[in-house]
Amino acid sequence: MSTGIEYAPRPRRNVLSVLTDPIADLGAVVLRSIETLGDMTLFAWQTLRWLLARLPSRDALYTNMYQIGVLSLPVVALTGTFIGMVLAVQSYSQFRAFGLETQLGGVINRTMFRELGPVLAATMLAGRVGSAMAAELGTMRVTEQIDALSSMGANPIHFLVVPRFLSCLLLIPSLTIMAVFMGVVGGAAYCVFLLNIDVHHYSANSKLYVENWDLLYGVIKSVFFGATIGLVSCYRGFHCKAGAEGVGQAATSAFVQSFVVIIVLDLFLSIMLDNVYSYLWPTSPMLLNG
Amino acid sequence: MAVSQSNREPIIEIDSLNVSFGRQDVLRNISLSVPAGQTLAIIGESGCGKTVLLKTIIGLVRPSSGFVKFDGQRIDQLTDQELTQERTRFGFVFQNAALFDSMTVAENISFPLRQHHPDQRAAHEESMLARLAEVGLPTAVLRKRPAELSGGMRKRVGLARALIMKPEVLLYDEPTTGLDPIVSDVINELMMRTRKKNPVTSIIVTHDMKTAQKVADRIVMLYPLARLAAGESQILFDGTPDEIERTKDRRVAQFIRGEAGDRLMEMNENAEEGMVI
Repeated sequence: MSTGIEYAPRPRRNVLSVLTDPIADLGAVVLRSIETLGDMTLFAWQTLRWLLARLPSRDALYTNMYQIGVLSLPVVALTGTFIGMVLAVQSYSQFRAFGLETQLGGVINRTMFRELGPVLAATMLAGRVGSAMAAELGTMRVTEQIDALSSMGANPIHFLVVPRFLSCLLLIPSLTIMAVFMGVVGGAAYCVFLLNIDVHHYSANSKLYVENWDLLYGVIKSVFFGATIGLVSCYRGFHCKAGAEGVGQAATSAFVQSFVVIIVLDLFLSIMLDNVYSYLWPTSPMLLNG
Repeated sequence: MAVSQSNREPIIEIDSLNVSFGRQDVLRNISLSVPAGQTLAIIGESGCGKTVLLKTIIGLVRPSSGFVKFDGQRIDQLTDQELTQERTRFGFVFQNAALFDSMTVAENISFPLRQHHPDQRAAHEESMLARLAEVGLPTAVLRKRPAELSGGMRKRVGLARALIMKPEVLLYDEPTTGLDPIVSDVINELMMRTRKKNPVTSIIVTHDMKTAQKVADRIVMLYPLARLAAGESQILFDGTPDEIERTKDRRVAQFIRGEAGDRLMEMNENAEEGMVI
């Protein structure tokens, strides 16, 4: 799909070129970025088209779901627990100064539900699964396995990308809920057992600041994050350059680019979902609290 | 043999084909016609575009201009679905076999059948065993993964996979590269046996002259564009194995005899240039 156009730096010729060359180089970078973005959009479109045209085989889907979802659970649960505890440690001294330590649950839980749960699950998935997918598909590209698929009349997007994309999309909400749950449990355990905060007040304040919408808020974000990881990682694998170095670069860029897109998306999704909430429930007391 | 076959209808026609990657031209103005049933060897040194030509024939590489016709249809004008359908009429043996690492040998060989005839599972095993026997491999390899096989065995599994759909055209990309002389000859024999058993058209990309001489009815030699003068044809030779032996073209003769010739002078000049810098 890539047009493979090369924008080579121009040779420096005269005094004027000292001024024009940086502009030309900048133009080349912009053109290359636009080309990649267009290429990635086409890739995403083809993936969606194949997803709607024909579902992947059950075997391929279950294998990927196991790799992507089940095997990611322990690491997501572990990091979720510790992030919940870290939040308790970081917030405790400031809340205590105002005598508000019983309100810690509200802060920890709301942060976990809305931000840290989905972003943490997505980061772990991008690191553990995204890089592995890019490396695997990159190796398949380099060793002509993707060409072999095409030559046998199998569409590589349908056969390789759709099951991975769908697994990321379907399983990231579960991973997010797991990260949130373990963060809430970790934060509560630290506050109650180590900081000796009264369990009744901690629990009552937690419920006061968190509602079902917050869980939905995190889950909606996670679906976008999952789609990003699936698409960016598979795209990087498919466009892997030759050799071991190419595969390494594909794995690294899959994680870095997924992470950057996730963080940028996170901001825009937060703004959008807050607007949706205030539109749907304009008189909600959470708007005043939050 | 080539003369009699040239009277047959061409199954593959390549017309004024140009292929470029970015600013790099790989193939220039290639025109070839392959009659049904012919075994054509495309020879040439590394980087001359042999593999690119093979991949263009099956639509894995898109031409910059010109076209490839298969059975009267232009490959570049087919829809995705039509191309998928046409590709089942080809078998492609890749340079390093390109077996799927995540599958067993049995799954690899039967992959095209599972892909195109998922409802006929009972017939798959029978067909798979027949192809395995055809390439002379024991059934014990069926449960193995590609990583557990030797290079020669991988190539034979690749050939069995290419044969499973009973293709009309077999494309071989460097079938003997990286194999010892004995295993190379086994692969040559297999290619000849395959042609005897099945009425296939074969295109073999190779730089192994022994393979070209032994297996092919016709030999075409490509030359790297970088070494050609502007407007000079990239096809240096097109004829029978006997004719290539008698060729007067210095570059062709140099290739078939495996002589470095003027490349040594080039190397020395480059080395001297490097020392001056």
